[in-house]
Amino acid sequence: MAIGHSVRRLSRFSRTERTLHWVHASAFLVLFVSGLCLYLPSLSELIGRRPLLKDIHVYTALIWLAALALILLAGDRRRLLAAAREIDTFDDDDLAWLRRRRAPQGRFNAGQKINAIVTAALAVLFAITGFFLWYGERDHAFRLQNALLVHDWLMYISFFLLLGHLYLALINPSTRHSLSGMTRGWVREDWALRHHRKWVEQMREGGDT
Amino acid sequence: MQTPGAKTGTRLRYIARVNRRPPMEAGSTPSEPAIKDSSMRGLEHHYGRRGFLLLVAGGLTSLVWAGPVSRLLSPLTAAGSQALGNLLPVGGWRIYTITGTMPVFDPATWRLDIGGLVKRPQSLSYADLKRLPKAEQVSTFHCVTGWSVNNVHWAGVRFQHLLDLAHPLPEATAIRFVSLEEPYEDSLTLEQVRLPDAMLAYEMGGRPLARPHGAPARVVLPEMYGYKGVKWVTRMELVSLQPAGYWERNGYDQNAWVGRSNGYRS
Repeated sequence: MAIGHSVRRLSRFSRTERTLHWVHASAFLVLFVSGLCLYLPSLSELIGRRPLLKDIHVYTALIWLAALALILLAGDRRRLLAAAREIDTFDDDDLAWLRRRRAPQGRFNAGQKINAIVTAALAVLFAITGFFLWYGERDHAFRLQNALLVHDWLMYISFFLLLGHLYLALINPSTRHSLSGMTRGWVREDWALRHHRKWVEQMREGGDT
Repeated sequence: MQTPGAKTGTRLRYIARVNRRPPMEAGSTPSEPAIKDSSMRGLEHHYGRRGFLLLVAGGLTSLVWAGPVSRLLSPLTAAGSQALGNLLPVGGWRIYTITGTMPVFDPATWRLDIGGLVKRPQSLSYADLKRLPKAEQVSTFHCVTGWSVNNVHWAGVRFQHLLDLAHPLPEATAIRFVSLEEPYEDSLTLEQVRLPDAMLAYEMGGRPLARPHGAPARVVLPEMYGYKGVKWVTRMELVSLQPAGYWERNGYDQNAWVGRSNGYRS
């Protein structure tokens, strides 16, 4: 591969998009760790202090939802809507890519679109089941017997999704440069041409996404 | 093709900080082949929102079917639960151990010792225990970690019958329950064990208590969280001062009333 041929940088994720990502990521980590400490006996033993952990878990969830709402209100909504449209839309190349990993891709490849969709659905389901867990304690009429079970299953699913995400973003040599897009906002053009050719092409044509 | 400078107004623009060359021709090197034809993009499908809505809807329906499915899968998860450090629920229950291995019940050697501040210490065999008057109840089991199992059918012995055998001394105020799973223990006051639905259970759902549930006998007190319900009970010790049990030493409440302890405010 002809790396070094071009040092041009393409702006991939706006500040709003990056904020959304990192707010979600950090909230997930805090919720994941505090949740495991509440849930796994071996960790509960290690940490003790159940009321404190529970407060951390519940308040982090509230801050997470408030922060997401704030990003929607104060962030670049046009850009977020454009990203949502990109993620919503699967063209023939996306379907071909899902089958053989060989088709030119836009700013998000089909796998990233699926990851984003599943993550969004998990967030909604986590919030709903979490609400029932929290409110069901206060009013037993809202205590759904399966809410905790579903909350757990969501945890397993999102944990494995996260492992895959971390592998591609941090370890896998050909894809890990994408992390730069989420930290610094830009990616190298030569990398983008290999992974997101249609996106590069669109920008060369001057088209907005 | 336009130069980067012509597109400064667009949202997605080149940021040519280092090298302000015009973009190289697409297809100029083998590593950057051109897009053959933009018409190849073909039809666009709105799979994203559909998938999202289906996932959310499917996830919400699981509030109904998650329990039955989990019970169906429980033979599988029961094995995996121990291997994975109690990670998996088993038929609505989560089987917690503190050591990672569950004690084995041997009817020939198991004894329930009742000692401490009593006039007549007892050492009951499994058969002795089953000969005592049998009580049954249906009650809901609450765990402090947030899960509950509704309508559990228990059968066992009311504590009063055990106390009648051993004759507690006047200074006894509480019972310390010691598990075969060392060093697990917890305690209840005499007032609490005399609650009408407190029992030493040896049957669940009409069958002898299974190993994960504390075979052969466990404490059941539905008003309190499950950590007070010592499993694999082997010794009851009458004491004058309620000691801190296993979880109490880890900061949990001595009086684990459901909905009114351990940070639960009602």
